[in-house]
Amino acid sequence: MLKVSNIETFYGQIQALKGISLNVEEGKIVTLLGANGAGKSTTMKTIVGLLKPKKGSVDFLGENVTGLRPDQLLRKGVALVPEGRAILSSMSVIENLDMGAYHRKDKNIERDIEEVMERFPILKERQSQLAGTLSGGQQQMLAIARALLSKPKLLLLDEPSMGLAPLIVADIFKIIREIKDAGTTVLLVEQNAKQALKIADYGYVMETGKIIIEGKASNLLEDPRIVEAYLGRKSTSTSA
Amino acid sequence: MLLEQLVNGITLGSIYAIVALGFTLVFGVLGIINMAHGEIFMVGAYVGVMTTGVLGWPLWLGFIAAILVTAFLGYLLESLTLRPLRGKKGVSHLAPLISTIGVSIFLENMTHHLFGAGNKPFRTPFAQLSIEIGSVTIYVVQIIIFVISILLMMGLSIWLSKTKAGKALRATAENLETASILGVDTKRTIIMTVVIASAMGGIAGVLVGMAFNSVSPQMGLAIGLKGLAIIILGGMGNVKGAMVGGLILGLAETFLVAYGDSGYRDAIAFIMIIIILLLKPQGIFGSKAAQEGR
Ligand SMILES: Nc1ncnc2c1ncn2[C@@H]1O[C@H](COP(=O)(O)OP(=O)(O)O)[C@@H](O)[C@H]1O
Ligand SMILES: [Mg+2]
Repeated sequence: MLKVSNIETFYGQIQALKGISLNVEEGKIVTLLGANGAGKSTTMKTIVGLLKPKKGSVDFLGENVTGLRPDQLLRKGVALVPEGRAILSSMSVIENLDMGAYHRKDKNIERDIEEVMERFPILKERQSQLAGTLSGGQQQMLAIARALLSKPKLLLLDEPSMGLAPLIVADIFKIIREIKDAGTTVLLVEQNAKQALKIADYGYVMETGKIIIEGKASNLLEDPRIVEAYLGRKSTSTSA
Repeated sequence: MLLEQLVNGITLGSIYAIVALGFTLVFGVLGIINMAHGEIFMVGAYVGVMTTGVLGWPLWLGFIAAILVTAFLGYLLESLTLRPLRGKKGVSHLAPLISTIGVSIFLENMTHHLFGAGNKPFRTPFAQLSIEIGSVTIYVVQIIIFVISILLMMGLSIWLSKTKAGKALRATAENLETASILGVDTKRTIIMTVVIASAMGGIAGVLVGMAFNSVSPQMGLAIGLKGLAIIILGGMGNVKGAMVGGLILGLAETFLVAYGDSGYRDAIAFIMIIIILLLKPQGIFGSKAAQEGR
């Protein structure tokens, strides 16, 4: 569905991506792991067109989409929930949801917004509040709900569990699973490697702008290199 | 007397509010002060004078002409002098500001060249028409100015809060990247914003021409600085702040002239800025968060 080939992305003179290639198959959850600063967010931003790669290409559904703008990719069915959630804090919850359906022209928008609010009751309860007044977990729900309203074929999630309490993190992972079960393909960036690999089908591990390990998620969970670098430390830190 | 001054103040204030809204919209979306806004306003005033006064067109047609000309100027301003500077490496963040100053100088001198330096009288067919309510005299021109201003402000508020394009503009103003990943063509939204802001400047220009019966190439500078004062007063990029700030300034100036020293008329805006910056630097309606979000 998504095919990223050898992309190299720069910030000025600094090369953040040194030839990233990855594949996301339709109907799967693929996770992209790696330490802070590895280049995960840069990869996501390059895929949706927020950044332009100097080299390499991005193909979506067999079409070369390299260099297209984010709004054009959204129309093709690629939605991003960026790191740090990026809700529109000066707009109300319901206006944020309206913006999720911004590019749609069909008749079912009202119904879909209603449906999303049934699924996230807190958003219904707070619909006329400014989104900036929501808690971190609620904002993340809003960001995901908003992205779903664009009816994406492929949903990119950049560290959705960042900075959230463990109970809410569990909620988020459950939601991601439900999104997949509802037929949306997911590319998930996470620091929370263990939980991400548990729900994912396939995984990539990045380090300083390169992919260093890839494989089936179940295999990566057992891979000693990953257990040592990511799972070991993470599990002690979460149990602490 | 008091009531008459109140009417005068509200009339002036509602024009100021419209000028300030033009500043605020552009600041919200682009994060820059459009120093050419005052001169675009001035061009609007000239178009109003030339079409209604010299060519004898009806007033509504004069408004449409001013709107079209200033909207087109806004389009040129954005595409020729602002867009080329956006997102380029090594361009100072002050560059677009300087660019708009350049445009303002160009427009002022062009007007000077075309129409001469002096004041041009602005005669509307009903300039002297007035109605008496008790002891209060209200000019028809004032009513027209007030009604147009209110309609414009209400229209803008509704447009911003209810329509898709209005929401896209607000989303773009809050965060360009977020708006773009939600499907907003931010480049088009920016053009639209500058065009709308400029057209509002043009309308305000015609209104001021009507209110003061004259236009001059220098009128843009004074009003531009006042518009700037108002958005500092009301909170940068804040629509409600621009409206209320405009009214406050209009009333303050009018009452100062009527009951105080008219020599300080143009100083009041800047005295207000100093006070507001000392007491509430983010402006009356500004929030800290909105400032940090930039
Ligand atoms: N806007 C930026 N300007 C310059 N360098 C950046 C910028 N954003 C990220 N980087 C650098 O690019 C590298 C990758 O960052 P990022 O993609 O955010 O990593 P991750 O999401 O994996 O934590 C880091 O070294 C980071 O410092
Ligand atoms: Mg990141």
